[in-house]
Amino acid sequence: MTLDPVTLAVIENGLNQICSEMDLVHEKTSFSPVISEGFDRSNGIYALENGQMIAQGALGLPIFLGVMQFATEAVIELRNDLGPGDIVIQNDPYLGGTHLMDVKMVMPFYYRGRPWCYLSNTGHWPDTGGMVPGGFNSTATEIQQEGLRLPPVKLMEGGELCQDIIDIILTNIRVPEERIGDIRAQIGALRTGEKRLTALLDRYGAATVEAAIAELRARSEMQMRACIEALADGTYSFTSYVDSDGVVNEPLAVALDMTVQGSDITFDFSRASPPCRGPMNCVWATTQSAVYVAMKHIFPDVPINSGCFAPLHIPKPGGTFLYAEYPRPVAGCAAEVSQRIMEAVFGAMGQIIPERMFAAPAGTSGNLALGGYDPEEDQNYIMYLFSGGGYGGWWETDGLTNGCSTVGISKTQPIEILEQHYPLVFEEYALREGSGGAGRHRGGFGVSYRIRLLRGEGKASFLMDHGRFGPPGLMGGEPGATNQIEISQGGSVALPEHISKGEGYTLEPGDWVQVRTPGGGGYGLPSERLPETIERDLRRGYYSSAGQPSVAA
Amino acid sequence: MSQWQAGIDVGGTNTDLLLLEPQSGEIRVEKVSSTPEDQSRGVIRGLVESRVPFNRLTAIIHGTTIATNAVLERKGARCGLITTRGFRDILELGRRTRPRNYGMIGSFEALIDRSFRLEVDERMDAGGRVLTSLDEDQVRDALQELLKLGAEAVVIQFLHSYVNPTHEQRATEIAREVWPNGYVTASSDVLREVREFERGSTAAVNAYVQPVLARYLGRLSDELASNGFPNRLLVMQGNGGIMAADLAVRQPVQTVMSGPAAGAIAAAHIGHQSDFPNLIACDMGGTSFDVSLIRDGIPVVSAEKDLAYGVPVRVPMVDIHTIGAGGGSIARVDAGGILRVGPESAGAMPGPICYGRGGCRPTVTDANVILGRVDPAEFSGIESSAAIEAVETALTEKVGRPLGLDSVEAASAILAVAGNQLASAIRLVSIEKGNDPRDFALFPFGGAGALHAVALARELGVPNVLVPRFPGITSALGCMLADLRHDFSHTIWRSLAEVDPSHAEAVFAEQESRGRAMIAEEGVPIADIKVIFEADLLYRGQSHVFRIPVLSPGFTHDSVVKTLREHYRARFEIELHEMTPVLASLRTTVVGRRKQIDLALFGANASAERHPDPIDKRAVYFESSFVETAIYDREMIGAGAVIEGPAIVQQADSTIVLDPGAVATSDRLGNLTIDVGNVV
Repeated sequence: MTLDPVTLAVIENGLNQICSEMDLVHEKTSFSPVISEGFDRSNGIYALENGQMIAQGALGLPIFLGVMQFATEAVIELRNDLGPGDIVIQNDPYLGGTHLMDVKMVMPFYYRGRPWCYLSNTGHWPDTGGMVPGGFNSTATEIQQEGLRLPPVKLMEGGELCQDIIDIILTNIRVPEERIGDIRAQIGALRTGEKRLTALLDRYGAATVEAAIAELRARSEMQMRACIEALADGTYSFTSYVDSDGVVNEPLAVALDMTVQGSDITFDFSRASPPCRGPMNCVWATTQSAVYVAMKHIFPDVPINSGCFAPLHIPKPGGTFLYAEYPRPVAGCAAEVSQRIMEAVFGAMGQIIPERMFAAPAGTSGNLALGGYDPEEDQNYIMYLFSGGGYGGWWETDGLTNGCSTVGISKTQPIEILEQHYPLVFEEYALREGSGGAGRHRGGFGVSYRIRLLRGEGKASFLMDHGRFGPPGLMGGEPGATNQIEISQGGSVALPEHISKGEGYTLEPGDWVQVRTPGGGGYGLPSERLPETIERDLRRGYYSSAGQPSVAA
Repeated sequence: MSQWQAGIDVGGTNTDLLLLEPQSGEIRVEKVSSTPEDQSRGVIRGLVESRVPFNRLTAIIHGTTIATNAVLERKGARCGLITTRGFRDILELGRRTRPRNYGMIGSFEALIDRSFRLEVDERMDAGGRVLTSLDEDQVRDALQELLKLGAEAVVIQFLHSYVNPTHEQRATEIAREVWPNGYVTASSDVLREVREFERGSTAAVNAYVQPVLARYLGRLSDELASNGFPNRLLVMQGNGGIMAADLAVRQPVQTVMSGPAAGAIAAAHIGHQSDFPNLIACDMGGTSFDVSLIRDGIPVVSAEKDLAYGVPVRVPMVDIHTIGAGGGSIARVDAGGILRVGPESAGAMPGPICYGRGGCRPTVTDANVILGRVDPAEFSGIESSAAIEAVETALTEKVGRPLGLDSVEAASAILAVAGNQLASAIRLVSIEKGNDPRDFALFPFGGAGALHAVALARELGVPNVLVPRFPGITSALGCMLADLRHDFSHTIWRSLAEVDPSHAEAVFAEQESRGRAMIAEEGVPIADIKVIFEADLLYRGQSHVFRIPVLSPGFTHDSVVKTLREHYRARFEIELHEMTPVLASLRTTVVGRRKQIDLALFGANASAERHPDPIDKRAVYFESSFVETAIYDREMIGAGAVIEGPAIVQQADSTIVLDPGAVATSDRLGNLTIDVGNVV
């Protein structure tokens, strides 16, 4: 079937719009601020045969780019007993997952009585049980400590909720009251997708839509190949480092050998560190997804569907911490290790096309979880907080300040919303002076914030990175400032042993936590920076003196 | 005694005026060059040239781009910020975003420079209880410091002022005592809503544009008064309603996107009266291309617009997408050998080469001239053969030679590239929001819109084009058609069950009477007043509010819950019966509906004919060759007339190109309805 260009464009946008509409319903109706304010969720449409991505919401979290198709694929493999009105729930990291907190739902979609595709989504739940509230432990040594692990099980059967499963879930997680609302929100998003997709198929006919999907996939692949073809063939190596695994205080190497050949690229991670004891192992779905997202950041104009992944080859890095197998703990994989993988891809690409690359961004999600009991509201709570950092300087100008993590697009939650929900007060939320790496184009600045507990007892845990090494510069630029954490308990201030990671810090009313996030790397030699921009930076108080533009506060 | 109304739209290139005397049906249209250094001069000149005496004018309604441009070009006032200690960087930090989802690049400058952002001791908690009382001395010191730095306007924003604004109000009082002008903005006055960055940004935009807007509207009002205009100047708001200029100066953020909103309002009215309830309205003038959607006769409105990256404005505005493409857009070949059109524009001065005002870089309008689509004689005051020659030379040198094309091919390539950009902009607001353009008609306006409409419709698959009677002054017409509108909101932020219904009704009553009083004060003749009551609710634990219509009197817990559930289910496909509804705020909109104007007043001339003859013929380039093409005068096209393409319809304020295969029919209102043919 040949398609006219208007129909093709309309169907492409129609599919994307269905996903965006699902994202929107999910976000607007959620009770978890991580989803409603932070957009930590993703919705998409996946192929019936193999779960490959047909479309995924442009406003979904980038790291779910590849992950969602792997999760759907796992359901296809393990559940051949699904029918209309069924919805499967799962969060197993080893089955196309990330960390346990990302709970996926997969729904077979039927058109006129025959199975046609899958609609799937994922949302970051504030808690799924486990040793620390919020799930971002940094000391687990096996997955059982990290929380409730759900294989693909039916949450809904023939349109009816399976109360048994819901009871098991709600019994095993903290603050279950609002989670039933989140479950409904996630189901509502899938239902919305079902309705809209049916309307699209009614209007254009299944055969036309199928032809359009095949055509879009081919075009996307062609476009990615054209981008790769312009790169000089060869093998380029770059190693980035995770501070530590949270248990053994030694860096972990993400060693990449990237081979460009014609219109294909092979990403070889076989020299990476072996599996680690702590929760910095990365599951296979997330490792692949991280590479996809990095490439999309470098070539943002290639439309997203499974076609654009075809020229990217990633041999399974068995025997490394980037190919985690049961029962390795994985709490840090989606938010942190994935960003080191992307940093390695950026670094390797920086050797080929530095004139259109950027120095390393802050590259940590800055996960902070605080859970406890609020006596005034008489309820338990869990706050999951993430934060931004500086982006690297780039070919045109300085890096952005307080940019989002490379794997995410989650906006930080407004302080006013956080203070409505939790018994704490922010005493500072400010630009972190001095944190941008020096360069002709300096890195952007990180953030400095302090949270003081007001009521009850709380427990804080941190899972961040770049505490040991700042985000590297490019073309002679200096690294950005490293991540710093301070905890004040009963008037005495302590730093975590693992610098960017730690857990089980008990806070009493009046205790506080201070976090300073990394700045971006600099681009080009600092000596080439224009005097007027140095002067402007001083006037604005970005740096304290002209002589030491890269020294962190 | 005649009673004239005037709608005035000031664009980047031209100032358009439409004057109407409703009783006699007499109409005057004026177009003068905009005077960017002081827009009021162009406005006054246009009014003088219309020769309607100022004291015969009952209403002047003005759409302006002053506020929008000040933000986009970062040419607003020097502003200071006084805020809660620890939070001066909120405006610069935003909420950790990047300009595009993919790509780790971009840059951002806050509207208020960091050295102008000062902190004072004060703090509320989320419940509105005072944690640290306001240090008034620090406020006074900060104000002095800002004055010393040269700030002209000041924003006061404290955390949680949406729930308890007393600190903000007190600091505002202090500021008003010492601040030398009235330019003091309290965030909770502008937007009483949670989210410090969005509220702060809305307040910053308000302060940033206030002095600029106040100076302009003050000057214009004075000049109008001194010329004998007896009433208050009215200003278009971004939400599509109008209000008195002196009220607008108090809430300048409401005038953001005011000009484009007027165009959407006109499109909605014309579409409604012509049975095209669904329109894609495209305004193409000299410098920019604005697209908006009219669905079921109503312009789509959004309160979630970002005026630019990192500059959210959370007041309701007609949802308009703008790109820098217009008749004046300059074509060039970039370093990579790629033809680019815009966003740089030749503007009003020097303008396109064919204007003969010294422009030497080829523009979209120049390409239209070379291809015969626009009559060079239209540009008066110059020797047209000389102008054509200059255009050809520039096209060859600047575009043709680098690309290996002759001047005609170069002109054609420029239109193709420009057309593609326009189509993308339309797709953004239509297709990408889930609408199929085939369900819409294209509504081109602005001086250059109708030149490109048929080709554009074909590319998008839109079957019909509706060209209004006066495409060049549609925004001015929108100003004349718009209603007076005042919006009020009152934050409650309590569980619905705890709210006394009689209290809610009292709030509504008070808001309604304030709106009625403002309309009375504005002194514009109206047909009636419409009042809309709405409530924003959410379920406890959520953070996004959901707006529903409510009754007052008749506000009961049961009826509100019932409506909430019904609307929630219809929108989101879910029911949340176990959750607790929270009443976030009560909203009242008071609309002073003005007397409907029958658009047939703008219909064809009495002398127009059902079978008009062409006034001329010339060679026009279509597809890949010049075709002998009939030229019609719009003034001679009567109701029911049918014109087949290829043809060109000329009128004073616009040129309509009918490509081969397109057929235009003139309706009762004087619109041309074009069946574009060849739609896929």
